[in-house]
Order: sequence, then C-alpha cells, then structure tokens
Amino acid sequence: MGQTVIEKIFSAHSKDEVKPGNIIWLDLDVRSARDFAGASVVMNLEKYYQNEENCEDKDKTVFTFDCVVPANNLGYAENQQTIRVFAREEGIRLFDSEWGIGSHILIEEGYSIPGSTVVGTDSHLNIMGCIGAFGQGMGDQDIAFGMKAGKTWFEVPPTMKVTIEGDLKAPCSAKDLTLAVIRKLTSKGALGKAIEFEGKAIDNLSLAGRITLSSMVTEMGGIVGFVPPNDEVISYCKKRARSDFTPYYAEEDAKYIEEVIVDISDLKPLIAKPFKPDNVVEVESLEKDNIHVESAFIGSCTNGRYEDMKIAVDMLKGKQVAENTVMKIVPATRTVLGDMIKNGDIQILFNARTVVSNPGCAGCASGQIGMTGKGEVQVSTGNRNFKGKQGSGLTYLCSPETVTASAIAGKIISPENL
Amino acid sequence: MKKPIILKGKAIVLRNDTNEPIDDIDTDMIFHNKYLHITDINEMGQYAFDNLDGWKDFAKKTEKGAILILGANFGSGSSRQQAVDCFTALGVQALIAKSYGAIYKRNAINAGMPLLLAAIIDNISDIVTGDEIEVNLETGLIKNITKKKDYQAMGMSKVQMDIYLAGNLFDYAKGM
Repeated sequence: MGQTVIEKIFSAHSKDEVKPGNIIWLDLDVRSARDFAGASVVMNLEKYYQNEENCEDKDKTVFTFDCVVPANNLGYAENQQTIRVFAREEGIRLFDSEWGIGSHILIEEGYSIPGSTVVGTDSHLNIMGCIGAFGQGMGDQDIAFGMKAGKTWFEVPPTMKVTIEGDLKAPCSAKDLTLAVIRKLTSKGALGKAIEFEGKAIDNLSLAGRITLSSMVTEMGGIVGFVPPNDEVISYCKKRARSDFTPYYAEEDAKYIEEVIVDISDLKPLIAKPFKPDNVVEVESLEKDNIHVESAFIGSCTNGRYEDMKIAVDMLKGKQVAENTVMKIVPATRTVLGDMIKNGDIQILFNARTVVSNPGCAGCASGQIGMTGKGEVQVSTGNRNFKGKQGSGLTYLCSPETVTASAIAGKIISPENL
Repeated sequence: MKKPIILKGKAIVLRNDTNEPIDDIDTDMIFHNKYLHITDINEMGQYAFDNLDGWKDFAKKTEKGAILILGANFGSGSSRQQAVDCFTALGVQALIAKSYGAIYKRNAINAGMPLLLAAIIDNISDIVTGDEIEVNLETGLIKNITKKKDYQAMGMSKVQMDIYLAGNLFDYAKGM
C-alpha cells in the first residue's frame, strides 16, 4: 500500500514502522523556540540537563523573537533576556527582535526545507506544510526534550484529502479559499489528522498563498496540512537551503481516512465573525449591518508576506483610510519590510494614513500594534479571533483585500462593493 | 513513589448555563495570554479558566484531587504548557474529554497529567459536578460511585502510561 506525504516524511526520519496510530520516534531536523515559551524551554534544559550537553545539535537549534518585539512589558523583556543569554553562552543562533515571525524566518533562512521535520513553540508551526515539510507546534517541555534528544515521540496521524474544485477568482484570494475550507471542516473537521490539499487552485497558489492556507490548518484542528511543492517553491527553497532536500509526494495508492471536496466555483469574499475562526459567512451578508471598523490589521504568519502587503498598497494608492479607522500594517519579516522600503510602498502607506510597524506577530499576540478595547471592531488578516485574544474587542478574520476595503470604507465591506 | 493506576476524586463537569458540555475551550480561555510570562507553576493555578464565561472562579471552586469532565476539542489553540500546568498546580488529578487539541494532548501526556478520551461523552452526561468518581487509567473504566454507574473511556496508550508512571517526559527519557 502506498504512503501519504506524512508517512513518507516520517519513514525518512524514523526507524520505526510508520502507519497511522503507531507511536514512533521521529528525528527532528529543526528544533526552535520563540520568545513565547522559549524562556520555559531554557529553564527546562537547565533544570533537567544541568551538567551535561543540553543540545543534540546546536546547528539544528534556533531561537526567534516574534511575539512581542521589542518587548513592551517586563515579563516578555525578562523572558527574552533569559533566552538571549542562554543562546549566547551556548552558541545557539538567535534571531532577535528585528527579524520577524520565526516560522517565516525558518523558511527564509533555509532551516525548513521540503521533506524536513521542524518543531517549535509556535502553535502555527505546521505552516511548514506550505513547502511540503512537517511542522509541529509543541509545548516548552516537549521542545526542551527535542533540543536535548534530537528526536521526539509522535503518533502517526491518519491523512485526509481535501480537494479544491474550481478556480480562485479575484477579488477572492488564498484567505477566502482557506476560510471556505474552515467553513466546511469546522474547528474539529481535521482533529488529529494530517491534510493533503489537492486541486488546480492549490497548484496555482503562490508560496504566500500556500503559507496562508497551511497556517490555518491549526484552526481546522489538523496536525499539519501539506501543499505539494511546485517548481516555484522548490527553487525558492533551493536558493536558501542549508542542506540537500527531497520533496515528498503522496503515492498513487496512498490510503486516506476521509476525502472532502470544497467547491470554490462560486466563492465570494468570506469573513469569520467573533469569536471562532470557523464562524464563517460571506462578507456581503454583513454589509447591511453597517459594522463600523475601528481597527484594521494586515499581517501575521497567515497574511504577512510581501504579496499581502502589496494588496493593501495597491488598494490604498491615492486613497486614505476612513477618518475613524486606524489601519495597522505589519510585515512578517525583515525581508518583507525591506522589499516594501525598496519599492516605495511605505510612502504610499504613509500617505494613506496607516501605521506601519516593525516585523513580527503583532496583531495576534497583542504585540507591537497593541490590543483592542471593549466593543472595538477589528478586521484582521490573522488566524484567530478567540475571545480576549487581542484585547477585549471583536475580531473578524478576512483577506487583505477585505481588510483594506473595510479600512477605506470605515465599515465591513466586501472588496467587490468598495 | 509508584503512581496510582486507579484515581478517585470529585468530578467537575464543565457545562454552560444551558447544561451543555462546552466544546472548543481554547488555551486562552484556560490560561489567558496576559499571564504567559508566568513561569512559576505555583503562580499558575489562580488563573485557570479565568477567561471562560461561567467558570472564572474555578480556582476557588475546585479542590485537590478533582477530575475534570470536558467537551470536544478541549485545549485547542496555542502551545502553552501553562494551560496544563495550571491544573497540576490546583491538584487536578485527571482530565476526561470527548477530544483534545493535538498540542494540548501532547503537553498533558509529557507533563504526566493523566488524560483520557471518552469519545461518547454524551453517555456520561449524568455525571454532575460533585459526584465521586473512580477512573482506571489502564482500562479506561470510569465508575460513578455516587450514582453507582459505570462508563467506558479509552485507556491510556503505552507511551502515555510509561511517561505518566515515570513522572514526566524528562524522567521517562532518563530510563531510555
């Protein structure tokens, strides 16, 4: 019987028999921790491995600061300092506050490559499915153990196939496709499963679009969601890779526990209402309610690539954000910010009266762009709108197109109707 | 000290005001991100569920040895270990849910917190907060001593049991 993508990746990283339900020991190519939970990882390493080598391979160990950068409260400042000192003394690579979102840095800097296994304290680390790698967010004890041992136990999940039928047509973009999948699967549809995405619309997704889709597999309850790497992705990763790699594709006769079809032929821009990411409706259906938007956020690991920024820039050219709305734009990484500076985008965003900040998680982690107050409506390109996650306001999740249209209109509006 | 396979304690059933089990309780409801900087486990208990409507006073209501009965997709969301550790801090003995967020499940297993799957939790809906229950971690048998009724959950897997008996993942790894 043929293997699914996760089974092939696991087989290449384990001596144990890989089949769904089996618990195997899995070799880890990259072990990372960020400013959130990273200090606890360090404490665990120091507590349990006091007088011995605490990292199996320092070149495979990475710290990133992305949640609250630079630290704006004492808790984060102290945690970051704990990590900083540890990384310096141990000779472990740290991407400090200027770099941006760790998961994106791992891809940009060639740590995560197709076919690799990557773990970290970021619950959206399964984003690595976007390049055909296995990624997994884990708690601080898990990651400390992974850094020490270079491997971890893992229960091989069954795989489900999600086939997208129809083409993705503007003004819909990868986020609308992603929300369409979440609407279909709900928050529990992929619980405990790996996903393989298939279909022409998937093949046509750029790396940025693949990042958007894979990043929200967490909100579908999934372990990881794989997008088969195409030439663009392989060549992007080859330029950056720290070692050779093999992309894995499912075998013809691979066994799936479930097959789901999501038809996007008639897709309209979608939005997830508070307080659940699977509370998905068409943006247009909210227009009659005249929902005033106080805060509009573009960024996060889900929509923080240059392509996402460019959507806002193009829509805002020669325009301004509505008078009673604040628009906050946060590139995922330094590289994205660098491209925005080089291409003159910052000038346009400045003229449009937006706040542009340094790279990082920002909106999703109550980081550099702050939080929402009680009753404050925020449209966000992030991935979670749980109650209290970004302050006490009401967060709606949607595409960069819908966020920008709503920021210009000052109310929730579909980009088609701006 | 040998860890017990059979646990006995008071059930606390997480239901909403219409007596439905609460699904999708995420890690921000269990342990809000405003407390993420807390690394001392002794500080964590007081904040357990303090962002979950109807359960904000959980830390005061619970007692040492409590066994939590939970809905589906419990602990979805972020990777924070504190969302498990806050229960350990309060002396919670075990968690029984319909299903768990994947990361949460790992965190609980690694920390040696007994966690059972009871897929058909609707059948145990007559357990109410305050019932005295007994849980066999190996077989998954749940006995409601108060109501004299039995229910079947899934027993713990081998790795899960090994880690639990050793204490936690680190202690388990020492014997590998």
